[in-house]
Amino acid sequence: MLRLEGVRIRLGDFALAADFALPAGALAAVLGPSGSGKSTLLGAVGGFLPVAQGRISWTGRDLTDLPPGARPVATIFQDNNLFPHMDAAANVALGLRPGGRLSAAERAAVDGALERVGLAGYAGRRPADLSGGQQSRVALARMLVQDRPLVTLDEPFAALGPALRAEMVALVRDLARDAGRTVLMVTHAPEDARRLGGLAIAVGDGRAAPPVPVAQLLDDPPPALRDYLGG
Amino acid sequence: MARRAQPLTLAGIGAAGLVGALILGTAVAVLAEAGRGRLGPADWAALRFTVVQAGLSAALSVGLAIPVARALARRRFAGRGLLITLLGAPFILPVIVAVLGLLAVFGRSGWVSAGLQAVGLPPLSIYGLHGVVLAHVFFNLPLAVRLILHGWQAIPAERFRLAASLGFGPGDVARVLERPMLRSVVPGALLVVFLICTTSFAVALTLGGGPRATTVELAIYQAVRFEFDLGRAALLALVQIALTGAVALAALGAAVPDGMGAGLGRVVARWDADAPMARRVDAVWIGLGALFLLAPLLSVVLRGAPGLLDLPGAVWAAAGRSAVVALVSAALAVTMAFAVAVAVARLGRRSGRAVEATAMLGIAASPLVIGTGLFLLTFPAVDPVTLALPVTASVNAVMSLPFALRALIPAVAAAERNHGRLADSLGLVGWRRHWRATLPAIRRPLGFAAGLAAALSMGDLGVVALFADASSGTLPLALYRLMAAYRMDDAAAAALLLLAASLALFWVFDRGGRGHVEA
Repeated sequence: MLRLEGVRIRLGDFALAADFALPAGALAAVLGPSGSGKSTLLGAVGGFLPVAQGRISWTGRDLTDLPPGARPVATIFQDNNLFPHMDAAANVALGLRPGGRLSAAERAAVDGALERVGLAGYAGRRPADLSGGQQSRVALARMLVQDRPLVTLDEPFAALGPALRAEMVALVRDLARDAGRTVLMVTHAPEDARRLGGLAIAVGDGRAAPPVPVAQLLDDPPPALRDYLGG
Repeated sequence: MARRAQPLTLAGIGAAGLVGALILGTAVAVLAEAGRGRLGPADWAALRFTVVQAGLSAALSVGLAIPVARALARRRFAGRGLLITLLGAPFILPVIVAVLGLLAVFGRSGWVSAGLQAVGLPPLSIYGLHGVVLAHVFFNLPLAVRLILHGWQAIPAERFRLAASLGFGPGDVARVLERPMLRSVVPGALLVVFLICTTSFAVALTLGGGPRATTVELAIYQAVRFEFDLGRAALLALVQIALTGAVALAALGAAVPDGMGAGLGRVVARWDADAPMARRVDAVWIGLGALFLLAPLLSVVLRGAPGLLDLPGAVWAAAGRSAVVALVSAALAVTMAFAVAVAVARLGRRSGRAVEATAMLGIAASPLVIGTGLFLLTFPAVDPVTLALPVTASVNAVMSLPFALRALIPAVAAAERNHGRLADSLGLVGWRRHWRATLPAIRRPLGFAAGLAAALSMGDLGVVALFADASSGTLPLALYRLMAAYRMDDAAAAALLLLAASLALFWVFDRGGRGHVEA
């Protein structure tokens, strides 16, 4: 279980409060207006932003002061998820370990992950030779080989078209369920949140609300979220 | 864009043509004379020495710059911005002032030697190869740091963030991110420093000399001044042209990083460099780098200040001549640069590039070679001494033109892009257009370019040494004569005067370009 206890994050004038728990294996969409602090929340969980107050823990283990690489968190950013001078397989292999040669078993794991995301045969391609959707798939393959139970995704598919985005969200859902990962995914599209099909966390007015089932949040949104969603 | 030829466009083409004629014309003059010369073993030794010292200087400057740049790239501390600004200062620092400062710190009776003698060790001597290399490292280490720091900062912050999320340690960051960057940046930096070190006459003049430490340029100077063997001087000049030409071509092939650019102030968030040991190592590199740069300058100020007001009148007269030369040279350089920049913006892509490339020729030319060519062309008709100052001002202008163009070409292009159509629609053409629309928009780079040109000319000790005698020289030449006569207190005072004058000229123009409103 991911637990945020009395957490406050300050960025200049901006502050975000969060106090909630997310059960292990949950798939949670993070929704809210631009600038409301969705990425800030993920940055704090991932270790990229310092926490001013409170405590973040995963199954009882305190993460608050750990550097990003030491947290049980795999992160997929909006862009720049791959090193441009490395081919797809090398980028995925970084999830197993940053340096050194891979053993035969590890190479098989990399190939397996690429195959699982639909990129069998693309191992030798560099990011520049891959489409946007394929680049996202490589990042997801790396997430699969990383031994990290918690996955945060910060609008990873914002640059993709609607059909491709739907496909990718479904892939995230299936991969996470199969691998038993816990997911926090920022999105600005309510249909993505529904497709992820789990919980939803509303961020607004300087606060990240506790997760509720996504249908419940979208069918009866709080006022700030209602303005954002429109209609 | 089809526009009728404007007077300024023609002036720009003319200015570029003039530069091309000066550089190529003097090369032809040299070529014509070279047939009468013969090279001896000493001349081949000079070529070997030039290559060896430039190679050593480049390797040391760039090698030492890597840890300093890494430390600056990943540390945030009070004074960081000031230190990075200071890294640009050697560019406008007169070479001979720095040499005097280096002598005061590393020379036989300098601070380091005093320390060595206190513990019973022999004093250092920095004349010869190690002195030339030391001075070149002093000038080029800061440049190399800026070039490499630029490379570091060109690594997107997101890469370091991704590395942190994958748990990269310092070794992983070095292997995946930093070494690939260095592989692309270091060759260009090495070539740039090597090129600069093959054409730095003043360092060789003051710290080199003798059969074992003479560069090609110094050999040219000696052939003209002491032996009056113009054929040999011309042949040596040809050797120099071949050497710098070859290196410049190689540098064109390598991607040369941009060390003048802005944006060195940014510090990227790093998660891989927090270990106490890494912090200490970085602090040591930054401290050593700053000390190496500042101690020689401090020594010039300390030693020169007491004697400043007692300087002989001849030195003040030389300072006055230098100031006039610097102002004329700066005016020439920015006028030509503005005309060339307008021509480049107006002309089509291909002819624009050709004009720009011609005007940039000075970057790889040796002022001593141009001077030799001019000497060969004018000497039969005119007494060299009467030409000393005009020739110095013009050659200095040609040498600083590439830097002025680097500042002005993008600025004029941006001004045309932003307001060119508005000016067209208002019917602003010709001089009125430049006066009302273009010049105000490029005031800042114009002031910067003028300051750079004035300071470079003020401190230059090159071609003037070929032409001038004691009564007609510039301040750097007067300072060199004081040093050669071992009048070191007077020399230190003259160095302080020269340093102050160079910095003041740069500051006044640069400040003028910034205007009165914004600081």
